[in-house]
Amino acid sequence: MSTASPQIAPSDSITEDEQIGVFSAILVMIGRNKTLVAGFSLILLIGLFSLFGTLLIDPERTEVGAGKPAQSPSSEHLLGTDQQGRDVFADLAYGTPASLIIGLIAGVIGVGIGTALGFLAGYYRGYWDTFISLTTDVFLTIPALLVLVVIASMTTVLSIEAMGLLIGFFAWMGPARTIRSQVLSLRDRSYVDVAKFNGVRDIEIIWRELVPTLMPYIAASFVGTVAAAILASIGLSALGLGPQNEPSLGLTIYWSVTYGALIREMWWWFGPPIVVIVMLFIGLFLMTAGLDQVSNPRLRTSV
Amino acid sequence: MTIEFVLKRFGLFLLIIVVAGTINFLVPRLRDTNPIEQRLYEFAAQGGLNVAHMDEMVENYSKKFGLDQPLWKQYLSYWADLARLDFGKSIAFFPADVKAEILRALPWTVGLLTVATIMAFLVGSLFGAWLAWPRAPRVVKALVPILMTLTAIPYYLLGILMIFGFAIFWPILPAGGAVSYNITPAFNYEAIVDILRHAILPAFSLVLASIGFWGLGMRGMMITTMGEDYMKLAEYKGLSDKRIFLRYAVRNAMLPQITGLAIQMAFIVSGSVLVEVIFAYPGVGFLLFEAISANDFLLMQGILMFVIVAIGISLLVIDLLYPLIDPRIRYRKA
Repeated sequence: MSTASPQIAPSDSITEDEQIGVFSAILVMIGRNKTLVAGFSLILLIGLFSLFGTLLIDPERTEVGAGKPAQSPSSEHLLGTDQQGRDVFADLAYGTPASLIIGLIAGVIGVGIGTALGFLAGYYRGYWDTFISLTTDVFLTIPALLVLVVIASMTTVLSIEAMGLLIGFFAWMGPARTIRSQVLSLRDRSYVDVAKFNGVRDIEIIWRELVPTLMPYIAASFVGTVAAAILASIGLSALGLGPQNEPSLGLTIYWSVTYGALIREMWWWFGPPIVVIVMLFIGLFLMTAGLDQVSNPRLRTSV
Repeated sequence: MTIEFVLKRFGLFLLIIVVAGTINFLVPRLRDTNPIEQRLYEFAAQGGLNVAHMDEMVENYSKKFGLDQPLWKQYLSYWADLARLDFGKSIAFFPADVKAEILRALPWTVGLLTVATIMAFLVGSLFGAWLAWPRAPRVVKALVPILMTLTAIPYYLLGILMIFGFAIFWPILPAGGAVSYNITPAFNYEAIVDILRHAILPAFSLVLASIGFWGLGMRGMMITTMGEDYMKLAEYKGLSDKRIFLRYAVRNAMLPQITGLAIQMAFIVSGSVLVEVIFAYPGVGFLLFEAISANDFLLMQGILMFVIVAIGISLLVIDLLYPLIDPRIRYRKA
């Protein structure tokens, strides 16, 4: 920047004021947003269940032969045992965090890659935009679940973390698109121009002006990505293509369906994991809906 | 619509095919086991074949399937085969042709998913429109949270619950398959009823699980539409509520929904692996699952490639037709 450029206002004070304004406004909005609070509480409840479950329950109860096989619920086995004597309640307590971890890893990777690409394409435009938008379009056309099914079937031993990574690498397209279109509309705002005239570097503009403004969008696409990743991971596990050595919600479903829990009416085996999964998805769904209301004022108008 | 747009869009289509084809070629080859060897050992274990000549046989078959060639040669011949729409022969169902296997599974998938998608679209859009409409019947408003909750349940879990509920606990419908063993699919009353009975549970698990997706999209569009000036005008003119709802609000809010439907229809060929596997429904997704279980990577490759080409073509057609349908969209040089 040359010294001759006009100094409209000291840039630092503006950015800090705006940041504080944006964040406190978001906090107030979150507190008022009943949908978001309800969804978050539900997820917290599931998190606490798996935390206390893993702390209080002996991990040996999730192993084959921990009890008599195919017992219906009793005081000793709260949710009975499966075909091979695993305690269903213990299986659930240890399996729930596994699914949550897969979702979080995939969410961080998917939204991380997607946000970075979205900013690159939307802020710098030009060749970056052409290249990134093309890649996004190509990968959106390829049905991710089919490719994941094939890749998962190729790997012999898949760990929980590897599964999260794998799904994350197929989850960046949605966030990339959302963030790009938002950045496109923000980059021409006058406060960005003011910052540019004052010689603020691009990276600083992105980090201190645009990222805080887009936080509700980034958060909403994070929750959405986590939900999609958990959905994909449970689906893959239910096909028998997920991690086989550690308990997870999808694996319990796979075992119960494969070993005839349905035909033998062992509801305590296939039912509880479905209940936990449904609670999880309702929680995530409410959170996304709540965050949408924060970022999209149009949805706040009615109902 | 300019020539330039058509060329660009076609270029994107070719790019999709090249990228997808390359991924498709590389992924199955990441595995270190030789699928033919594995298959032959399985045969040997079942039929008591002489294992001594096994290596010789593996070599013979590998030559036949071209697996003894260097990777780049395999890659080139892979594209040459694809250009001739030759997907090779299945390893698991040898000597069945991969293309024939896919074409055999395709009608089941397309039938099931077309019906389910359109049903979910219609019901979901209607509920979404009512959800945003202030003067909707109260019963409808009460139903909405239930439908939204159903949407939060992954459709394959809904499938499991439905099998338990309606095929085992209260056995009124078949638990799986597409048609009974003693019935040949044909255009007669008995066969059609049988096929429909088999399709009810998988179709409903797909419909119930995706109603909310359409409903929420429609609700958002309705809220935008209701803020438009022509809605006020219609009200001041004293038009009937039904007419304003259907002709002014729903009709205008519908357009993005129809775009969504077109895109969903393009993805129909990819089927729904999970629902098809849970219901043992013999469609494309189930075929892919069988190919995976049998380690039949020529079949896997064929299915993936077929599905991606079909989706690519459908999306290309939608993009090219769209300006003809919606006059507001014009493809011009930016």
